[in-house]
Amino acid sequence: MTSPQPRIGVLQVPGVCDDRDALWALAALDAEALFLWHTETELPDLDAVVLPGGFSYGDYLRCGAIARFAPAMEAVAEFSATGGLVLGICNGFQILCEAGLLPGVLRRNESLSFVCRDIPLVVERTDTPFTTRCSEGQRLVIPVKHGEGCWYADDALYEELEARQQIVLRYAEPVNGSRNDVAGVVNERGNVMGLMPHPEHAVDPLLGSADGALILSSLVESARERALAAV
Amino acid sequence: MKATVLVRPKQGILDPEGQAVESSLRQLGFSVGQARVGRVVDLEVESADPSAARAEIERMCEQLLANPLIESYEIELAEEQG
Repeated sequence: MTSPQPRIGVLQVPGVCDDRDALWALAALDAEALFLWHTETELPDLDAVVLPGGFSYGDYLRCGAIARFAPAMEAVAEFSATGGLVLGICNGFQILCEAGLLPGVLRRNESLSFVCRDIPLVVERTDTPFTTRCSEGQRLVIPVKHGEGCWYADDALYEELEARQQIVLRYAEPVNGSRNDVAGVVNERGNVMGLMPHPEHAVDPLLGSADGALILSSLVESARERALAAV
Repeated sequence: MKATVLVRPKQGILDPEGQAVESSLRQLGFSVGQARVGRVVDLEVESADPSAARAEIERMCEQLLANPLIESYEIELAEEQG
């Protein structure tokens, strides 16, 4: 039996700049990746959606605050409500937080400086659809590039998230002032994840690290399983 | 009707921008306690009724202008003079 290629949509919102890298990386990891335009009100038949990084709407007001009202975001919210897999990277993470699909909010880096470098991360959970290819406690090196990646949740929310094990990735060193070094979180249901580091920039050793491929190929594999289950 | 919305970082929320402004002011020789940096949004709304305008602007704040996790807001209506 041939294994079908899962179809993964990459959302294009004005001001986003990592859409092509995400599309390329997903295709390199054996997914059928296609762009979704922000004005679309319905999604095609998909097994997963990726919200790539960039600076949607110039980061005006707050990062992701305007993009969350893109017509396609309503369709993405419906897709996630039915259990569809959604991964938000950097600005995509910010959009998902603003949309209330992920907990917390991303704020200006504590240093006020834009951070752009390879960062070591620790994998806290391997039972999410986005980390099945990782091992628990594994260190991944994936680049970050952001000015507003300081994830924040108040004490009550943070404790809830810890109790429900919604923290998936942490920075292994301080990066941006993020609460408890949180780098990636998942929603309660486990089908929506956001992270500030850019796995799509780390899928080929030529670029310094291929650790990002572990995250994206976990997603591709999980999407493939869903495609097969739906047949 | 004209209105002004003031959006501020909530009390207790770290405000690195405010801290940077505060330390610059100190370097200039000003003795300042705490500086916090927020945002001002000037608006014109169609409604001429202050309470309806306020209610509408509150909805704008909840949905878009402020993020309730980290920001508080204040609405000032410019009552039209005679």
